[in-house]
Amino acid sequence: MTSSTPSLQSFVNAPRILFAPVPLSVLQPLLQRVASNVVRTRPGLFERLGTHKSTRFLIDPTNLPFAVLLRPDPNSVLLKAVRRREEPHHDARIAGTFLTLLNMVDGRLDGDALFFSRDLQVTGDTEAVVSLRNALDDLEGSIADDIASLLGPPGRFALKRLRALKRRGDEG
Amino acid sequence: MKAESARPELVCPAGTPAGLRTAVDAGADAVYCGFRNATNARNFPGLNFTTDELTEAVGYAHKRDTKVLLAVNTFPPAGHTDLWRKAVDDGIALGVDAIIVADMGVARYAAERHPEQRLHLSVQAGAPSVEAVRFYCEEFGVKRVVLPRILTVPEIRALHDETGCELETFIFGNHGLMAEGRCSLTNFATGLSTNMDGVCSPASHVHYEEDRQRNLSTRLGPFTIDCFACGQSAGYPTICKGRYRTPGHPEGYYAFEEPLSLNLAALLPALMNAGVRALKIEGRQRGKAYVQAVVSAWRKAVDDVMAGNEPGLDNLLALTEGQKEGQGAFAGKRWR
Repeated sequence: MTSSTPSLQSFVNAPRILFAPVPLSVLQPLLQRVASNVVRTRPGLFERLGTHKSTRFLIDPTNLPFAVLLRPDPNSVLLKAVRRREEPHHDARIAGTFLTLLNMVDGRLDGDALFFSRDLQVTGDTEAVVSLRNALDDLEGSIADDIASLLGPPGRFALKRLRALKRRGDEG
Repeated sequence: MKAESARPELVCPAGTPAGLRTAVDAGADAVYCGFRNATNARNFPGLNFTTDELTEAVGYAHKRDTKVLLAVNTFPPAGHTDLWRKAVDDGIALGVDAIIVADMGVARYAAERHPEQRLHLSVQAGAPSVEAVRFYCEEFGVKRVVLPRILTVPEIRALHDETGCELETFIFGNHGLMAEGRCSLTNFATGLSTNMDGVCSPASHVHYEEDRQRNLSTRLGPFTIDCFACGQSAGYPTICKGRYRTPGHPEGYYAFEEPLSLNLAALLPALMNAGVRALKIEGRQRGKAYVQAVVSAWRKAVDDVMAGNEPGLDNLLALTEGQKEGQGAFAGKRWR
């Protein structure tokens, strides 16, 4: 993935272009809904995080025009879209393309392998990142599918298309 | 090509309950796991099992004829053996099929308190000779010895022929020799022990930095371990896989080991014919995606050999450390 062909590069950059005009205020209610849903349906995730529930993670999908700030405290969970230029305070940053991050969250890609191949960047509090990665990996099912279901048929269709595009991109 | 020996047991990593179910479903004959504390050598944040989780996991595995091996394979600090004794007692109460021990005191406790319980000797114990293997088998009733990754296949065969002990070898994953004091380097750098706290390069002491050109520096405590140019494959931040400058190597070189993974696919028939009874995949710290891909590939490879065919192994290079693999000492003593 590090040496991209022109067609793959345009695929990787597509989300940045598609989402560029979207105001963050439009995304925020959706993110809050996603966060509340995860708190309600995935309590085991937070238990495995131990002392890192109050850590502020900057989840940075490098091909989207915004990043997401996460504080995984089930009592007051924060999931907020932020512009990178705002340089939001955070303890740890995890960066990769949107689908790389999504597939890692869903246990479809191995975090260590993504680190070895340099498709995943980690800075800041490494212990917090390892905790979050392991907690997410213990989840059954797909958070991406949960989110898509929250959005109804359009969400499921969009996720299906994204995965199909990713497969085509991987095949070259 | 057909292996003359009995079908070996494929022993697979389980860092979390979901990882355990993935390994079982992918064809593991046995899974190995540990409690969420210093009693096992993968005491990483967010990893491992509570007693409740292990209860469920044992039920899931046994229902599918898969064994569960509990790693209690670190060394208790002097005067603090209670946690290790409790881990042994809890594991046996939960019905695990074997306890994997490293420390002689823990082995003695398990052998005396639970004489019927099957014991395996961990790679952590580092038993590479006929005398060492016999000692553990005779003194503590150890039934299987996991060999350190410093022996050639002919040496393994000789060890098997002379001891008659069940032998287990690593076949895939991290190529950490855990010999000659290398694990103590973590203790030197961080104050935490690989062998007593179960934390090789504790994440709390690991720092990654990337510059604008995406050159990556990895640091453990105050020590820079390696620097990777943009696009260059990276390895684990362990001192034994670090790259260092010395007067003879001003450009820096891997003084101990290169960051690569063990892959013994090509030696699989030879290992089976040498009398190896169990084949271990490393990687309790890895994700479900790794477990699913690696376990199913090795399941097929072992079945291929048993059927008299070439061991077809799917390409696992993308999952290896540094995206490189090798056969280590198994293929010869000069593996660098």
